[in-house]
Amino acid sequence: MKSYILKRLFIMVPVLIGMTMIVFSIIHAIPGDPAETILGQKATEQSKEALREQLGLHNPWYQQYFTYIGDLLQGDLGQSIRTKVPIAEEITPYLAATAELTFAAMAFAIIFGVNAGIISAWKQNSWFDYISMLVALIGVSMPIFWLGLMEQWIFSLELQWLPSIGRMNQRDPVEAVTNLYLLDSILAGRFDQLWTVIKHLILPSVALGTIPMAVIARMTRSSMLEVMNSDYVRTAKAKGLSQFFVVYKHALKNAFIPVLTVIGLQTGALLGGAVLTETIFAWPGVGRYIYEAISSRDYPVIQSGILIIAFVFVFINLIVDLLYAAVDPRIRYR
Amino acid sequence: MRVKSWSSVVLALMLCGVVILAGCSGSKGSSNNGATGTDTGGKTETANPPQSTQDTLIVGRGGDSASLDPAIVTDGESLKITHQVFDSLLEYKEGTTEVQGSLAESWTVSEDGLKYTFKLRQGVKFHDGTDFNADAVVFNFTRWSDPKSEYKFEGDSFDYYDSMFGPDGKRIIKEAKAVDANTVEFTLNQPQAPFLQNLAMSSFGIASPAAIQEKKENFKNEPVGTGPFVFKEWKRNDSITLEKNPSYWREELPKLNRVIVRSIPDNSARFNALQSGEIDLMEDLSPDDLATLEGNPNLQKIERPSNNVGYVGFNLKQKPFDDVKVRQALSHAVNKQAIIEAFFAGQAIPAVNPLPPSLWGYNDSIQDYEYDLEKAKQLLAEAGYPNGLPDEYTFYAMPVPRPYMPDGKKVAEVIQADFEKIGVKVKIESPEWATYLDDAKAGEKADIFMLGWTGDNGDPDNFLYTLLDKDAIPSNNYSYYANDKLHEILIAAQKETEQSKREELYKQAQDIIKVDAPWVPLVHTTPLLAAKANVKGFVPAPTGTEYYYNVYFE
Repeated sequence: MKSYILKRLFIMVPVLIGMTMIVFSIIHAIPGDPAETILGQKATEQSKEALREQLGLHNPWYQQYFTYIGDLLQGDLGQSIRTKVPIAEEITPYLAATAELTFAAMAFAIIFGVNAGIISAWKQNSWFDYISMLVALIGVSMPIFWLGLMEQWIFSLELQWLPSIGRMNQRDPVEAVTNLYLLDSILAGRFDQLWTVIKHLILPSVALGTIPMAVIARMTRSSMLEVMNSDYVRTAKAKGLSQFFVVYKHALKNAFIPVLTVIGLQTGALLGGAVLTETIFAWPGVGRYIYEAISSRDYPVIQSGILIIAFVFVFINLIVDLLYAAVDPRIRYR
Repeated sequence: MRVKSWSSVVLALMLCGVVILAGCSGSKGSSNNGATGTDTGGKTETANPPQSTQDTLIVGRGGDSASLDPAIVTDGESLKITHQVFDSLLEYKEGTTEVQGSLAESWTVSEDGLKYTFKLRQGVKFHDGTDFNADAVVFNFTRWSDPKSEYKFEGDSFDYYDSMFGPDGKRIIKEAKAVDANTVEFTLNQPQAPFLQNLAMSSFGIASPAAIQEKKENFKNEPVGTGPFVFKEWKRNDSITLEKNPSYWREELPKLNRVIVRSIPDNSARFNALQSGEIDLMEDLSPDDLATLEGNPNLQKIERPSNNVGYVGFNLKQKPFDDVKVRQALSHAVNKQAIIEAFFAGQAIPAVNPLPPSLWGYNDSIQDYEYDLEKAKQLLAEAGYPNGLPDEYTFYAMPVPRPYMPDGKKVAEVIQADFEKIGVKVKIESPEWATYLDDAKAGEKADIFMLGWTGDNGDPDNFLYTLLDKDAIPSNNYSYYANDKLHEILIAAQKETEQSKREELYKQAQDIIKVDAPWVPLVHTTPLLAAKANVKGFVPAPTGTEYYYNVYFE
């Protein structure tokens, strides 16, 4: 297993380098003077010159690239044009906010999706099967912004069960330490706030998690159905093991491998949906951070944001692959 | 990792699922009797009668601040916050653009209009505890005017200072001098009629010199002024927290202990948040939601005094829009009334002049180009286009809602249809906002475009000179409209100190603009805000930046 992990990590290196090249070329690929692209036409020659100096645009491109990589390795992502704050410093709270939301959304999607898929397969052609597959069908085809606004309308306006925006009760906030508010409120010993943080998480994570949940449910169902008809499950049943044990222990183990792929892919896809969710629920996450950067042409922020998301994507893929190998030992010897 | 331990992880996950499910249904049962109370301050109070009144105001708005140093920003969202933290020498009386003293208690102007002497308020302290005095004022003005100031940090520019008091080389203020600790004297290079009006803008908030010297670049993230609220925390794209300044020079104010300003970009989501009580006050209500607002007794409608103009501009650099007959023809082809009824829910009036009628100097004797397609065709024929214009032209419609234009694209479609009827074909384009503004400024891509303006300071100069003088090419005069006669009048009006004479000049200016028709002035809107019914003391400002110090909860 150890050698497999090493091999897998080693393969990541060229991928990551390739990514930095693509991201690096964003500014340079746009026709015209990069300094003017960034600052706009109204910029004075003086400020353009200052920016060229800061970005090292006078140097040959390969030298600029190596400087860029060198800075990256030191954790320096450059400086935002708009706010003039170092990006590495600025982006942390956004990343934490998105991480918390994505985690909650995936937890929701996996727990409900996997269980719905299993039960649907177990009780194939039952009313539960029909209903959950219908819900899954609606789920994949539902626009996030529509779902989000509907949720707000029903659960916070009409029923007043859940708050519609933000991350915690702002009237009496907890100090941000890790910026993961679930953790922060526990660290501060503020369990009243922990409860409001959880409540704030519910609507956005359901909005964000619905599509992955639907996809996972459908994948789990079909994969389970295949396994349930296999010989070893029939043997297990014949041995008189309880239904629950057969389904959750024996069948799920093998059926889970393709599901795992889907989970990995969906987690990556969440990052796209996060922009919409974060906008509707006023969630200060990295999706909105990049969106704002795009509308104000804050290229260093766009670059770094894309790079970080790409890294996260690669990292998730790595975890999925390692989990495969853990689940199915044949994979690591291939 | 072994398979066995892995499957137990899955089991554990599923257990979690069951627990969460149980938790959810539990919350649903209990939350009806006020479990959400901690979030919805207002509601808790109705459920359990309060001991003290609510003292935190949560405001929801569409965007975040760019920076918190008032001198380096030009966007309204930034100034809304700095207005709470900083005082200027002068300010506008609440709800108007009438100038009154703030940090300056009184002032005298010399006969020739070149010397202004301000007596400063005594005993005022900055939030960092240092004294406010004449030296602090001089420090700020020097920082803004001296291009080599060591407190002008990399990438910063003092745009509003440059545009109100002239760029380097053409400075209006020759010198700011401390006569004694409480007296500041300004010497001007030339008289400037709107000088006091300009000084009162929130951009010229007086910052603590000690804080700038100590924090340097970081001052823009941790502002220090003398204002009613002290800056506490800024979570970017999320919220800005301000706390009461206990030693504010206006006694008994502010009435609130804390103000939290949150960015909620989506208009519907912001309105939802107001309805569910998560915010107390919201800006930029979309006209579509007006009916819902009026049907809800827990909410109140707040109308900002109209001080803006939304317009369709012609690009005079492009043929055939350099021909005044063509512009006049198209002016006859825009049905303003129908547009207002369809898209502004009655919260707008048709615009005749670039100036809103609420401003002094408005020329109400001007008759608008009436909506008359026959007349439009006739004028086109006179211009040499009896069969309509030969090409298809590009019409830029803004991609984002603005206070003067809630939905640019839909309005553009209506205008497009009317233009079609007189043989003018346009294709509508809406590039993203930054590109849109750059393109409009460059005057290369769009033949016709839509834009607008909200007045900064209640002086007609801020509309007519800023938007339509030839000096304003290419800064705000996106039409590339240059008329020497108009320029003479506007410059004369700037130098004239007697208001009645200025009024006369601005009326003449509007006559010229009317005939030249570089724009079709479209609407003056009344921007809408909404608040909980128990929010009192909020006075909306025509400039878009109001104080929160008088706000309280009933």
